Amino acid sequence: MSEPTIYEISSPGRTGIEYAHLDVPPSELPDAFLREELPLPELSELDIVRHFTHLSKLNYSIDGGFYPLGSCTMKYNPRINEVTARMPGFLKAHPLQPIETVQGSLVIMYLLQETLKEITGFDAVTLQPAAGAQGELVGSLIMRAYHRSRGDLKRTKVLVPDSAHGTNPATSSMAGFEPVNVPSDARGNVDVDRLRELCDDTTAGLMLTNPNTLGLFDEHVLEVIDIVHQAGGLVYGDGANLNALLGVTRPGDLGFDIMHINLHKTFSTPHGGGGPGSGPVAVADFLADFLPDPIVAIIEEGTDEMPPLYGFVHPPHSIGRIKSFHGHFGIIVRALTYIMMQGPDGLRSVAEHAVLNANYLMELLKQDYTLPYDRDCMHEFVLEGVWQDAEGVHALDVAKRLMDYGMHPPTNYFPLIVNEALMIEPTETESKQTLDVFVDAMKKIAKEAHEQPELLHEAPHNTPIGRLDEVKAAKDLVLCCWRPEEE
Amino acid sequence: MFIPHTDVERQEMLKTIGKKELSELFNVIPEEFRYPELDIPPALSEMEAQQQFSNLADANNACDEMACFLGAGAYNHYVPATVDFLLHRGEFFTAYTPYQPEISQGTLQAIFEFQSLIANLTGMDIANASHYDGATAAAEACISAYHHFRGKRPKLVLSPNLNPQYLETIHTYFGMLDGSKLLVPEEQTAFSDPDQLATLVDDQTALILMQYPDFLGNIYDLTALTTKAHEQGALVAVSVNPIALGLLKPPADFGVDFVVGEGQPLGIPMSFGGPYLGFFATRKELVRKISGRIVGETVDGQGQRGYVLTLTAREQHIRREKATSNICTNQGLMALAATIYLSLLGKSGLRQVAELCYHKAHYAAQQIAGLEGYKLINNQPFFNEFVVECPKNVSVINQHMLEHGLIGGYDLEKSYPKLKNQMLVAVTELNSREEIDLLVDLLEEARHE
Repeated sequence: MSEPTIYEISSPGRTGIEYAHLDVPPSELPDAFLREELPLPELSELDIVRHFTHLSKLNYSIDGGFYPLGSCTMKYNPRINEVTARMPGFLKAHPLQPIETVQGSLVIMYLLQETLKEITGFDAVTLQPAAGAQGELVGSLIMRAYHRSRGDLKRTKVLVPDSAHGTNPATSSMAGFEPVNVPSDARGNVDVDRLRELCDDTTAGLMLTNPNTLGLFDEHVLEVIDIVHQAGGLVYGDGANLNALLGVTRPGDLGFDIMHINLHKTFSTPHGGGGPGSGPVAVADFLADFLPDPIVAIIEEGTDEMPPLYGFVHPPHSIGRIKSFHGHFGIIVRALTYIMMQGPDGLRSVAEHAVLNANYLMELLKQDYTLPYDRDCMHEFVLEGVWQDAEGVHALDVAKRLMDYGMHPPTNYFPLIVNEALMIEPTETESKQTLDVFVDAMKKIAKEAHEQPELLHEAPHNTPIGRLDEVKAAKDLVLCCWRPEEE
Repeated sequence: MFIPHTDVERQEMLKTIGKKELSELFNVIPEEFRYPELDIPPALSEMEAQQQFSNLADANNACDEMACFLGAGAYNHYVPATVDFLLHRGEFFTAYTPYQPEISQGTLQAIFEFQSLIANLTGMDIANASHYDGATAAAEACISAYHHFRGKRPKLVLSPNLNPQYLETIHTYFGMLDGSKLLVPEEQTAFSDPDQLATLVDDQTALILMQYPDFLGNIYDLTALTTKAHEQGALVAVSVNPIALGLLKPPADFGVDFVVGEGQPLGIPMSFGGPYLGFFATRKELVRKISGRIVGETVDGQGQRGYVLTLTAREQHIRREKATSNICTNQGLMALAATIYLSLLGKSGLRQVAELCYHKAHYAAQQIAGLEGYKLINNQPFFNEFVVECPKNVSVINQHMLEHGLIGGYDLEKSYPKLKNQMLVAVTELNSREEIDLLVDLLEEARHE
């Protein structure tokens, strides 16, 4: 049963909310500018509550069950985060208020900057980027600004391994670089020989996802970083997979120069059905002056009687502002809440259990699915969703069939270097029982693929709706449920 | 707490994978960099964390305890209780991007309804699923236009009365595109005339970007500007305040090509600057030229109506380095907030809020204009923001008002050194007559201070 749209349940004259009467004398309205028609729906409050409650029930979510979507780190979102982020003192703070009136907010931003520096081993952090992809863009712009500041205008190429995150090539070209593909070796590492050949005085840098999208930690990471540095390039770390490294190693110590961090992955802030995310960027000392404007700092040291005064500072060679105001403050509060409740031991335990869960699943599933890179994984791993003796069955079919078993499918068809990829990231918040249920389902599906492939082709069977016609959607382009001229 | 493993389970799992210790999982990491000591405070219990954050929230003096006349891009509107109650549903906030439509119809239909509401509010044909905020939505409009002409029209004309943070953001985004040229006329006054700006558009111009109402509150008819720009073959984009559109002509009536804006006023708390919501609407002819996610209607095998992400060939994960934007995660939950807000207010509610803002702002402006030493600068119709010339430095006046529990308007000198002693005042439905009268009294007092 599909849910009608808000325009379909609208009834002329109905209202969802009444505002207080005007308490000042009315002024003349600007006739020339008044709109004649305001084509919005008309619903009661209960109409709205029922409609959106019905819609919510059509969604799969972490709260509803296992969500092993690779590279997205779908861990549990603690409820206390929602409480702290909604405290009225935070929620009702205007971003342009005088700094003296928002010291609480500024302390939170400062603490998160400092904490992220310590966790990642970098020297300076901006909290401004709105999402990981914007963080990547900031990192790329910093790379560009750094080379230009040295008068080094030849560096136009950014190396992107084929095991990197999908946004990396688009980010590089958006930042005005030419992305150059670097292949992987047989063990899923960056091909060091090829990297050496590709590095020259036109190399602006390397965008390295480590652990990469195969879930593998590069076995030659120090050598890889050194090769790029020797060529005069910078090494950018895509921090989307930071969950595997918390308290275990610090990318800054390994020699990375820049890294973005996804607060909505590693630090438990909700994914919101597709955002808001938050993508802080951390850099080594020599790049701090290029960070986006502004950064939170102590602008007057405290005394015995007075606490320090926090405020904004403007990095001298900043790449500029990349969005309004100071970043996704509400997400920043949630992430800091989470980190403060973990402490150093808790963070390390997060990484250890995320990696334990992934290796446990990998060990149990490699009997039934092809595991193209068979070595200890980090927080995720990639299987092939295809068998030579199960003709016509694809990763997509496995993914759809998993829904019938009540679970969210893994990321599929990514990374591109694995045939019919199924990328599985369990996260540390899932119990052994949940993982065992998933393993059972995956094993059954592998069996079905051979014995009853039609079950997979026709899946899902138990969802609110069947497989949807994506070709029709792109051809007909119905992007809006109601327009005034249709009346 | 958040990690469910018992000692027994952990041992069983380690045994399955043939390891004795968790630390063996990390042997691949160079030993000298393994297991650093993190210098961060020890873990807090939930109770302690709540207390600490509560203390920090109390350290703010926010608009829950002070009257607020500050706008300039973020506005203190009432958020109806229903909005946040529905956002709290875990089925919405703990889901991710709807990659699997069969189990994501809630998110997909909500985005489809968001697109519909934004299209109808702006008068445009279609809208996308969201951008990060008003500033990046404006930047994406510039980038779409630039790529629409394949870089052959390198010039973009930006209104000097665009939100200065949007201008800065666009400058950052365009720093990357070699050969592009941003033209922002230097003169910054309350009287920047769109018809004057239109004369800067030529056959090298990809886009002219305006704001409606503009940053100083003015409402201009953009019909002539749009016609002139189109005669030169250029596109026109307008950044709007969505609440104003409850009362004012939608920019589609001027014939523009892109309408973008900041969706924060639509049921999203100010939250010290984010997360907010960028919206982006356009004509259907341009749908393939824009970035960001788009949801379309379709059917399943049984003919049942459903929704999917569509036109994905434009996006970074398919088009890779040829994509014009790298956006993927956007502002899903904030778009849901705006969808609930606009559905709840509907036809009559949004008009009501817009009128309350308009009348209260005009009452405030009239009262202030009657004060000795203060002068209303706007000579055009305005919506809920206006500029007041003050007898002394705005920061001095604001300091006096702050001491009496009121957050004054934006000090325009911070963004435009030429606009000395000029304050941008914003009024919303949350400002009572008492608050407005207090503002007027405090302004009067500040003159004597």
